[in-house]
Amino acid sequence: MSSVSLQPVSGRRKRADRGARAIVALFTGIALIPLFFILYYLLKEGLGAWSWDFFTTDPTGSFLGDPGGIKSAILGTIEMVAIATAVAVPIGVGVAIWLVEYGRQSWLATGVRYFIDVMTGVPSIVFGLFVYITLVVTNFGGASFAGYKGAIALALLMLPVVTRSAEVVLLLVPNTLREAAYALGAPRWKVIFKIVLPTALPGMVTGILLAIARAAGETAPLLFTATIVNATTFNLGDRMNSLPALIFQDVGQAQDRLVQIAWGAALTLVAMILILTILARLVQRRSRLS
Amino acid sequence: MTPDPTPLTVTDEPHTEPVVSPSLASAATHTATTEPVQREARTITLEKLNAWYGDQHSIKDLSLTFAPNQATALIGPSGSGKSTVVRCINRMHEEIPGARASGAVKLDDFDVYDPKVDVVAVRRAIGMVFQKPNPFPTMSIFDNVASGLRLTARKVDPGHVESALRDAGLWEEVKDRLRKPGIGLSGGQQQRLCIARALAVEPDVLLMDEPASALDPISTLKIEELVQELKSRVTIVIVTHNMQQAARVADQTAFMLDGQLVEIGPTSRIFTNPTDSRTEEYVTGKFG
Ligand SMILES: Nc1ncnc2c1ncn2[C@@H]1O[C@H](COP(=O)(O)OP(=O)(O)O)[C@@H](O)[C@H]1O
Ligand SMILES: [Mg+2]
Repeated sequence: MSSVSLQPVSGRRKRADRGARAIVALFTGIALIPLFFILYYLLKEGLGAWSWDFFTTDPTGSFLGDPGGIKSAILGTIEMVAIATAVAVPIGVGVAIWLVEYGRQSWLATGVRYFIDVMTGVPSIVFGLFVYITLVVTNFGGASFAGYKGAIALALLMLPVVTRSAEVVLLLVPNTLREAAYALGAPRWKVIFKIVLPTALPGMVTGILLAIARAAGETAPLLFTATIVNATTFNLGDRMNSLPALIFQDVGQAQDRLVQIAWGAALTLVAMILILTILARLVQRRSRLS
Repeated sequence: MTPDPTPLTVTDEPHTEPVVSPSLASAATHTATTEPVQREARTITLEKLNAWYGDQHSIKDLSLTFAPNQATALIGPSGSGKSTVVRCINRMHEEIPGARASGAVKLDDFDVYDPKVDVVAVRRAIGMVFQKPNPFPTMSIFDNVASGLRLTARKVDPGHVESALRDAGLWEEVKDRLRKPGIGLSGGQQQRLCIARALAVEPDVLLMDEPASALDPISTLKIEELVQELKSRVTIVIVTHNMQQAARVADQTAFMLDGQLVEIGPTSRIFTNPTDSRTEEYVTGKFG
């Protein structure tokens, strides 16, 4: 009679395991270091610039006197990103629905997918140049630079990101749900709007937020479309200020005060995106409970 | 054949029908313990049914009849085409890209594949329950049951939802949490929720494709009891790879092999005295 004997884990395997863990931990640490420093410098340099006036006054543009605040840049970014989102999200989600529910593996769908992949990889400055050449240089609409032209450049930038992420999420919706709905006699458009989209919504919001965050932080598409100005405007046909453009301008100045404004603006941008993300999560949670 | 009081509607959706007041449903609502109300279901007749997936010929010249108010079990080894047959009956087969079917499927005298027929009407009349419970994850228990009515633009009456849940044997377990998500239920409860969802549309036929194969034995038993009860009002086609299950629930059993019907007959005869040697080999466990 021999009893079952389980061998203890060999020393070599224990050492290999410990080694592997150490390497993974090391890489995680390396990845976190720059993130930590970015946040650290943002807070250290940026918080000092924050004040009531910083958010409520426009930049003055004066080099030696009071530099003013960043109000026009905050509002300009909100306006242009909101319009870009309003344009890019319905179109992007629509294209994704077509790809997943109708186009599927057809050659047209394959072509559209390839085109979107290419667009995702196009550097943002190219979208800026495109709008510059087609809408700005031609004085489209009677003016050269305009807020809405900046919004168009941002929308072009967001479109492939929204489409691709929405497509991925729609593909994740189990086919069994579509089948259940079809078997109940639901027509296709209702299956899409009442079953597939609501199921995919939480995932889609994540992709849309990523696209918004990316657009909100872009400088290049705005420099030669909406350009940089001081005054706040709600007229989309006017030149419009934005946070990334203001940061770009101020950080290169020889004046420490202006550089600090750039830091304050950068911290503002990060905070705005953070708030947007939190709000979206709250809305999502509430809608799932009801 | 007597004309049916509720003829199939062959119109384009969306259209609103008055809530078809369910005499049997209201009876069940108020007196849960009374005898199930008998209702005449419909006969399904398959005539020379053929089905393809692309070039693959999966169902070959299949002709058989599913008798009204009876449960017919479809048995056969996996890949023999049971699911395909079932999906041809409510025209779900054509939802698969590249799939097509020919031949006739008749609901009484009504040709399901008539080009003038609206698939929506077909699927309203022929409900379906799938192998894996698939309640809609964004919807509450109540909304899941109501979904079939809403998705076909019909009014939802809470009493109707209740009776569907009662008919599916789920009411007592969920009546206090109708607003909770359907996916919060156990697997067996989810499957009964899916049955309630199918029943709420008031179909004449219920197709069940291995409805218990993903469930534990107790839940399986509940589903089997349900099949027995539901026969009083719908014609049931149940696919199963479990021979005991077929023996327990089915009045008729059809044995399929390689996309063809080998034989069909009263369940007791198929299991004790089959005419075809292949059936005998299958039911005695020699293959499959
Ligand atoms: N979606 C599909 N695409 C291609 N072939 C399929 C598909 N579904 C089933 N088949 C094929 O059709 C035949 C019958 O399958 P099925 O009806 O699922 O059998 P069963 O339900 O009896 O296991 C099998 O050979 C299977 O490979
Ligand atoms: Mg099957």
